[in-house]
Amino acid sequence: MKRFLLPLAVFILLVGFLAVGLKLNPREVPSPLVGRAAPSFDLPLLHQPDKRFAPADMRGKVWLLNVWASWCVSCRDEHPILMALAKRGVMPILGLNYKDKGDEATAWLKQFGNPYELSVVDADGRIGIDYGVYGVPETYLIDPEGVIRYKQIGPVTAAILEQKILPLALVLKE
Amino acid sequence: MRVFIFAALILLSFPGKGNENAQRIRLLEEKLRCLVCQNQSLADSNAELAGDLRREVREQVSAGRSDEQIADYLVQRYGDFVLYEPPFKASTALLWIGPFVLLAAASLVLVATLRRRRRAPEEPALAAEEKRLVERVLGRDESAR
Repeated sequence: MKRFLLPLAVFILLVGFLAVGLKLNPREVPSPLVGRAAPSFDLPLLHQPDKRFAPADMRGKVWLLNVWASWCVSCRDEHPILMALAKRGVMPILGLNYKDKGDEATAWLKQFGNPYELSVVDADGRIGIDYGVYGVPETYLIDPEGVIRYKQIGPVTAAILEQKILPLALVLKE
Repeated sequence: MRVFIFAALILLSFPGKGNENAQRIRLLEEKLRCLVCQNQSLADSNAELAGDLRREVREQVSAGRSDEQIADYLVQRYGDFVLYEPPFKASTALLWIGPFVLLAAASLVLVATLRRRRRAPEEPALAAEEKRLVERVLGRDESAR
């Protein structure tokens, strides 16, 4: 009987590892950008192409940078949550319109509503690469010093907003 | 004509500068993982992001940056995950050492088992009763005669 104890223990350990592994989401790769300064850029605005925006303009504020596109299906799932958040006016939401066509992007915002204070245009996706974007939508919480404090890969859900983003934003505001 | 083709082939087989770069780009793209289809390299993936990252790699190679600089550039943005061969550090130590630890443990168990088997007597000695039985069957039992 005793000789089976060790293999049994090894087996249980292995099952434990596999069970934890099954629950992990392989698409969520921890971003090395969290805790580092948000990469700077200088991009034209979606609605006023002659004007430009840089993240430094938001110094002193806690804000969200949301990467979106009109071709992105899960952005539609996320959209009502961003609209509600914008209405509550907790913090400014800025959009990074990623690899999109200008007219399609503006039409999309007209159809579904515009939660963004402004959207900047990253037509060829280079700024997306600087932000480590690989699955639109992605959302970054940026603190008054311009440091990324949280990154959401995939749509922001109500649960993530209430449990992670808003509490962190409140702490950062103080 | 034959001579001409032969000469052309020889000329082509010499790696020129562009050729060398193309090969470097290819090797580099095979070492980097596409984040969209995670089990494909940048070289293999058809995802749009992989195309963008290949463009980035090509541009940086022609700008004269080294393989390490380009890999660092991507690691800074996407993490060690983009490398198929992760660097050795505290968080990856188990990954690198684990197989050798398992191999050593398994070897120890194997050696211990083999030794125990060798030391154990092949067959247990016959008990007195069994011995008598065997001898009777073999017809050597003195008392039976």
